[in-house]
Amino acid sequence: MKQVYSVPKSLQPRSTHYCPGCTHGIVHKLVAEAIDDLEIRDRAIGVAPVGCAVFAYDYFDCDFQQAAHGRAPAVATGIKRAVPDSVVFTYQGDGDLASIGAAEIVHAAMRGERITVIFVNNAIYGMTGGQMAPTTLVGQKATTAPFGRQKEHCGSPLRISEMLATIPGAAYIARVALSSPGNVAKAKTAIRKAFETQLAGEGFALVECLSTCPTNWGMAPYEAMQWLEENMIPYYPLGEFRTPEGGAE
Amino acid sequence: MTKVVFDEEKCKGCGLCVQFCPKKAIIMAERINTKGYHPAVLADEENCISCGICARMCPDAVIEVFKP
Repeated sequence: MKQVYSVPKSLQPRSTHYCPGCTHGIVHKLVAEAIDDLEIRDRAIGVAPVGCAVFAYDYFDCDFQQAAHGRAPAVATGIKRAVPDSVVFTYQGDGDLASIGAAEIVHAAMRGERITVIFVNNAIYGMTGGQMAPTTLVGQKATTAPFGRQKEHCGSPLRISEMLATIPGAAYIARVALSSPGNVAKAKTAIRKAFETQLAGEGFALVECLSTCPTNWGMAPYEAMQWLEENMIPYYPLGEFRTPEGGAE
Repeated sequence: MTKVVFDEEKCKGCGLCVQFCPKKAIIMAERINTKGYHPAVLADEENCISCGICARMCPDAVIEVFKP
């Protein structure tokens, strides 16, 4: 029989610590598939964040470094500049990238660092137990916003992709969602493009992956994906915001 | 050999493959694995079209799909 789907070779054959139905696993697979397809496993160096994905170095079968909270783009900058032939990517959540690491990501994009950033946005702090993040939607409940996020009090959620797309050093900025088979296929294409942008030396690339957190959202995995489609996508529209060919949209 | 092969011990029973299967060919088994989850199994091989959607949506890289 012909094999239609096989587990990517750039993933370690082990179980992850992620909760059942967590889309981190899907993003891991897509990143590993991109590394496999582009045949860059020997050159790939990942930078793990602080957050649920802190153990990413245990799951990918390539070189990895773990960075201080939010500082993955700074660490990736150092690695890429010291070893220009390497293919460097960071894997960061919204608590890591959009909150404590907001300065690092903005300045890495401004400098046009030739790194690839995989940004997993699930609109909540996952590892620490479901607190409100900068990306939490207005009205969305969190342990630190039991009545839902209030705009008057906490402001509006941060749209990272739109913000970074205004920076000239950013070559490729896209937002994808992991809520359906079709959207996962589009996410795969975008993640591959983000690696190709780096391989072509075109500059900074970021793919924002809208993800679910069934545990902290208090939903079943499938229900969480539907909630994502109904609530997150209207506020965080999908698409490519900046491409090496086209510039900003 | 079946069209869909599950690495049952890695399955966390999230049920995404069951929900997204266009032919509703996958169910959760009654038995439990060593993690204590009900693993997903292919219940209706005849209707399976080997589309691979279950494998693509599985967060835990449990599934491999084959086409005759």
